[in-house]
Amino acid sequence: MIRLVDVHKSFGKQHVLRGVDLEIPKGKLTTIIGQSGSGKSVLLKHMIGLLQPELGEVWVDGIEISRMRSKALNDVRKKFAMLFQGAALFDSLTVFDNVAFPLREKLHLPEREVTQRVEEKLDQVGLAGMGHKFPAELSGGMKKRAGLARALVMEPEIILFDEPTTGLDPLLANSIHELILAMHRMFGFTAIMVSHEIPEVFAISDWIAMLHEGKISAMAPSADFQRIADPTIREFITAGGTISLTHKSKGVSA
Amino acid sequence: MTAAVQRVGGVTLSLVQEMGRMLIFLLSTFGWLTRPPFRFFQTVKQLHFIGFKSTFVIVLTAAFTGMVLGLQGYYTLRKYGSDAALGAAVALSIVRELGPVLASLMVTARAGSAMTAEIGIMRITEQIDALDTMAVNPLQYLIAPKVVASLIGVPLLVALFDVVGIYGGYVVGVDLLGVNAGVYWNSVETSVEWKDVYGGIWKSISFGLIVSWVCCYKGYYTEMSAEGLGTATTEAVVLSSVLILVWDYFLTSVLL
Repeated sequence: MIRLVDVHKSFGKQHVLRGVDLEIPKGKLTTIIGQSGSGKSVLLKHMIGLLQPELGEVWVDGIEISRMRSKALNDVRKKFAMLFQGAALFDSLTVFDNVAFPLREKLHLPEREVTQRVEEKLDQVGLAGMGHKFPAELSGGMKKRAGLARALVMEPEIILFDEPTTGLDPLLANSIHELILAMHRMFGFTAIMVSHEIPEVFAISDWIAMLHEGKISAMAPSADFQRIADPTIREFITAGGTISLTHKSKGVSA
Repeated sequence: MTAAVQRVGGVTLSLVQEMGRMLIFLLSTFGWLTRPPFRFFQTVKQLHFIGFKSTFVIVLTAAFTGMVLGLQGYYTLRKYGSDAALGAAVALSIVRELGPVLASLMVTARAGSAMTAEIGIMRITEQIDALDTMAVNPLQYLIAPKVVASLIGVPLLVALFDVVGIYGGYVVGVDLLGVNAGVYWNSVETSVEWKDVYGGIWKSISFGLIVSWVCCYKGYYTEMSAEGLGTATTEAVVLSSVLILVWDYFLTSVLL
């Protein structure tokens, strides 16, 4: 469905992606993990053509999109939706109008149907009755929910999640993860998520891929990924526990 | 020596690259302008922001510009016994030069800086990327309405500036300094020709394009930080103002 072949991307002198090869399984929830600044969001933006690689190819449903012109690319993008780190809601529009935006822009549905579909999505993400509010009036978690409603409203085949729980407390982060999982099960879209939330992502993802030093160093089903013996991967997925044990042993908490 | 040549070459290349990117930005915007859907509502909204909301500052600037021209003109012309030509001096200065230039500079300061900040914040908070992901072209949705609104709004504001400025000169020259009202209006009427008004309209249209082009471009390609956005806004205002003054000289030399 989505396939990246030897993708390279640099920003100035920084060579962020150094030959990424990745194939995303259709209908599954795949999470890309990796250190901060390793290029996970950059990788995600290549999949939807927001960034173009200097070298390599990006294939979506058998079409190579990395050198497409904007009109043809827009046709491919109709399959996608994306939930951004900060939700990227339009400040000047209410939550309702934000969710209705793609329906009005792309489908030109009668307003009665727009209202029905928007209210249904707001209800599914737990924001029923909040449509009149502006993004500035929402908490971080509510913004993500509104962003998710906007992503779901067009019933896309593929949804990209760029660190959907960044900046949220563990309870809220958990509720967003549960919501993503519930929506994924309900609608069956292909989900690609970038996240740091270890070990939570193992519980909700079908597949895990790790981006390390500009390449995919491993990709495996979630349960198998946790058993990989590679020291870099072990260090990354167990880092939280190691730090807390070190602190306890040195008496830092005192 | 080699380092100096390299540095000059590097600066020149990046300057040419930037100019090319600016030109592509403008041409792409005009390209998207011709394709449906046409953003009528957004254009009216921008016209309200750039045009209507700038009227107060334009009226204020125009009134005081006309008044100071009346004052300076009266005392200068009186030395030569030509105070009857006060209407001509005020009207020609405003219609040919000060109206288009000062009104456009005020629009740059008020609306241009706001355009850069708005588009820049949308870039930093990924709202522009969100438009792209929804297959809505940001140039068509965000930039084209601002450019069209500037092309319509700035000439209208300049016309308002001209009228208020000439009345400002009248208030000082006639009401305060005692020039005959009939003489003032006759002087205005006989001196201002169609080509003066026509030249002013061309100037204001081109200045409207400069303001919206530069300010939207700087916001669209802002660096992804608060400091970067601040720099982009400053650069947008400075570059627009300088381009208006430089372009005014070249256009005047052609129109005269």
